[in-house]
Amino acid sequence: MENEIVVEVKNLKKYFPIKGGFFGGVTSEVKAVDDVSFSIPAGTTMGLVGESGCGKSTTGRTILRLIEKTSGDIFFKGEDVSAMDKNKLRELRTKMQIIFQDPYSSLSPRLPVGEIIGEAVREHKLVEKAEYQDYITKVMKDCGLQPYHKDRYPHEFSGGQRQRICIARALALNPDFVVCDEPVSALDVSIQAQIINLLWKLQEERKLTYLFISHDLSVVEHISDSLGVMYLGSMVETGKTSDIFAEPLHPYTQALFSAIPMPDPDLKKDRIILEGDIPSPANPPKGCKFHTRCKHCMDCCKEVAPEMKDVGGGHCVCCHLYDK
Amino acid sequence: MAKSSNYISAKESRRISRENRRITNEIEKKRKRRHIPESEYVTQMKDPENCVEFDEVKTYFFTDIGTVKSVDGVTFSVPKGKTVGIVGESGCGKSVTSLSLMQLVQRPTGQTVGGEIRFDTGEKVINVVNAPEEVMRRLRGNNMAMIFQEPMTSLNPVFRIGAQLDEEIALHFPKMSKEEVKARSIEMLGMVGIANKEGVYKMYPHELSGGMRQRVMIAMALSCDPKLIIADEPTTALDVTIQAQILDLLRELKSRIGSSIMLITHDLGVVAEMADYVVVMYAGRVVERGTARDIFKDPRHPYTVGLMKSKPVVGQHVKQLYSIPGSVPNPVDMPDYCYFRDRCERCGEKCKGAYPEMVKLSDTHYVACYLPEDK
Repeated sequence: MENEIVVEVKNLKKYFPIKGGFFGGVTSEVKAVDDVSFSIPAGTTMGLVGESGCGKSTTGRTILRLIEKTSGDIFFKGEDVSAMDKNKLRELRTKMQIIFQDPYSSLSPRLPVGEIIGEAVREHKLVEKAEYQDYITKVMKDCGLQPYHKDRYPHEFSGGQRQRICIARALALNPDFVVCDEPVSALDVSIQAQIINLLWKLQEERKLTYLFISHDLSVVEHISDSLGVMYLGSMVETGKTSDIFAEPLHPYTQALFSAIPMPDPDLKKDRIILEGDIPSPANPPKGCKFHTRCKHCMDCCKEVAPEMKDVGGGHCVCCHLYDK
Repeated sequence: MAKSSNYISAKESRRISRENRRITNEIEKKRKRRHIPESEYVTQMKDPENCVEFDEVKTYFFTDIGTVKSVDGVTFSVPKGKTVGIVGESGCGKSVTSLSLMQLVQRPTGQTVGGEIRFDTGEKVINVVNAPEEVMRRLRGNNMAMIFQEPMTSLNPVFRIGAQLDEEIALHFPKMSKEEVKARSIEMLGMVGIANKEGVYKMYPHELSGGMRQRVMIAMALSCDPKLIIADEPTTALDVTIQAQILDLLRELKSRIGSSIMLITHDLGVVAEMADYVVVMYAGRVVERGTARDIFKDPRHPYTVGLMKSKPVVGQHVKQLYSIPGSVPNPVDMPDYCYFRDRCERCGEKCKGAYPEMVKLSDTHYVACYLPEDK
């Protein structure tokens, strides 16, 4: 495996303004992504897990510059993404792609499938006109679609097939990096397996790098090499997937893992059940953001925000329990 | 996947809708008679230990492209005080089964055309399929209550939580005074683990998070002490940690009130944790049923086996996930042989015949397969 870093994110912040008051001025900010850093080596998959509203999708979209960041740095193969001008960014678009969560709303109902997949290819002039049709057919075949599907419209397809169209659309541009924003959560279990297998196969064939955003931990464990756990806009734990699953360190990660329902009726686990809901990201708690729901909460947690610490082997955790 | 054989000419379509109208009008006419004698809908339970018995229930939708047999001969029962999980993929008829029990299927297109659903109210046993609307109205809420999948859309956004709870309690307990109703509403909110119950009573649904809304829905369902709670994907829209909270709550409440739960879900993990009995559905039919242990430890139907294998499990690493080949047959045009035959790996000579009968493997474990012994 190569060790070239494809995507590197440093201290990324994205605040959404809340407008209010008489003159519609900015009254406060929602800290959707608050100081997130990670890097993804080429050909690997990084999983991003967390509950809804923790900023996983915003992170993914900010990397692609679908949303402009507030501060921080994003590097794609050593180049600063946020400093790129229009033309440079246009080139970059073919290299970074996204697969959206909902295959029902992310495909235009008015375009035939061939056009959905091929539109961007034509726009970016990736292939010669003469080869265009063959190229589209090849991409469709790679993604498990039949060539005769080209003239059909999205409503004629089932959820799993539609997700294949979304994947084909992203891969037609021959990207290096794909953000998969909950690609399987809208699908049935058996279809889920097909799509995960397809993503696997394509990664091997094309040496793709994935950022895999999901809230389903069992899926993430299967597909990702490294993992980031997010809570309320911040990263609380990062490391190799196998390390984190073997020994989750942050109390939030532990609670998250123990909440996974296991398909085994004899297994009665001691479940850590978190009290209450996620606090509002517009007004996050002082100190450690998790202290309001944490059972190990100490006095210092309420005052001082913990820093990210390496506890060995690239396994980093952001918690006062591991202060030495 | 649309096939060219799906194409229907306008003439054919008109013929189908005419035919449909004839059938549905007939059923509706029968249902809308003024005085339906009690003898038509009061029956006896086969086993007095059961709360609900589904007996060869058939719910069809008469659409313009043909008859969709959403539920086609479903038989199972919900014992008193137990949880029965119904699993299957979307479109397999698990929700329609529960809607048939509540008689909330969209009429006149959807009709329960055959079978019996016997529900034990404590005093009488009522066959829901033939019961008139007036009887059903008394049954819903009082004896059976439903928790829907989307807590966001099933609460009315323009009324306060308190008003919505009060309305239901006042309707089902007409003798209560206003103060008593309010006290009961607040008590119910407390029971489902809402700390700030007085505050939530005055709030609007948009002020609550998803987990809190689902708690309100559960409070609403429990407010009339139902004998049966139907939970239709109660945690699908929620996060894992909130899901754990809600499942914990349901389990605790069940043991406190002693009602039965019919849990409909596609998540095998949730079923394994909650259910005593499991019913696996595929394309409108029950393919396998048994205790949770039967199904999870010794699955016999190839569909059940495939479903289990395709779900990634934490801690078990595989190079490739198993996926069931092919797709569900077209619901308008079901084959006359085993519905799973075209996707089945163990399909053999025996499977050429008609749809297989339910085979009894043990007192609790039944499977609809010609080759239940093979693994």
